[in-house]
Amino acid sequence: MISLQEVNEKYLDVLTEIGNIGAGNATTAIADMLGLRIDMNVPQVQFLPVEEIGTSIGAEDEVIVGIMLGVGSDIDGSMMFLMDMNSAHHIINRLMMRPDDYMEDFDEMDLSAVKEVGNIIAGSYLSALSGLTGLTITPTVPFVAVDMAAAILSVPAIQFGMFGDNALMIKTEFSDEMKINGYFILMPEEESYEKILSSLGLPV
Amino acid sequence: MADLNICKAPDVLTTIGLGSCIGIALYDPVTKISGLAHIMLPDSTQIRNNSNIAKFADTGIQKLYDDMIKAGANRTKIVAKIAGGAKMFELSNAGTQGINIGEKNAIASREKLKSLGIPLIAEDTGLNFGRTVELYSETGQFLIKAVGKQEKYI
Repeated sequence: MISLQEVNEKYLDVLTEIGNIGAGNATTAIADMLGLRIDMNVPQVQFLPVEEIGTSIGAEDEVIVGIMLGVGSDIDGSMMFLMDMNSAHHIINRLMMRPDDYMEDFDEMDLSAVKEVGNIIAGSYLSALSGLTGLTITPTVPFVAVDMAAAILSVPAIQFGMFGDNALMIKTEFSDEMKINGYFILMPEEESYEKILSSLGLPV
Repeated sequence: MADLNICKAPDVLTTIGLGSCIGIALYDPVTKISGLAHIMLPDSTQIRNNSNIAKFADTGIQKLYDDMIKAGANRTKIVAKIAGGAKMFELSNAGTQGINIGEKNAIASREKLKSLGIPLIAEDTGLNFGRTVELYSETGQFLIKAVGKQEKYI
């Protein structure tokens, strides 16, 4: 069996492509939802040691929004979409038709809007992955956490830490009047990595 | 994350944003030699890639304990406090191993402490939020900070 590191290096290009298509789909979906024109930059695929994942977005104690979904059907695992607080407030204010400087803590309604955004974005990435691999991939309902970056990121760090020392993160930048930073992490179970790879026609 | 360190009074050890990880504080009230580990996973023997011993409850706590003894701590005096082990997301079917890894980490930490004969005198574990901890080697107090919550010492 090959290590996750080898797997990741082999399909970094493919992941970048999935990131590209997924982010593109997500951007279109969000733009439709908000009724805005949104531009997207080419996503960066980062490959980093699990110990550093807690600081990969910003300060460890910076409060961020994390949305997590399980994935099932042909592959098993989970995925996470992360946003900094400014980006989250920006999107939610748009959705809720509030002034952009509204920065109160999220209430229940806001959190369910955050989940919906996560759902749309996750769905966009998954359909990109699904389209490229031909695998059926279905997400579970999303769960949201608003907490310190390091605490939220401990979840993918642990997931990746179980079978390797590295984690993969796709950073996407959307912009309308304001820049929105989003981070996407796909956490397949080890066997599912191989399934994805072979479905993409890459040697396992 | 996946790290450990020891210090002497009056220094303070801290680790930021424990989620499902566990912060294990060891403290010798006589020599005031203190140690803090931030472990991610319960058991090094279950993992193929286990070169970083600070990553696991079993090997991490052992190393922390050994380092403290080497630095002059008295093995009969050392006590422990632990924090973390949260369930950050209420996900019920995300894979097989992501579930309640926080609780598994807490259980493994308690077991390892017990096997070393270190009394666990306080803990703040579980629930669904992240914790930042600070260990004060002068007093052995373990400060716990969480977003939107009152700071507390255990």
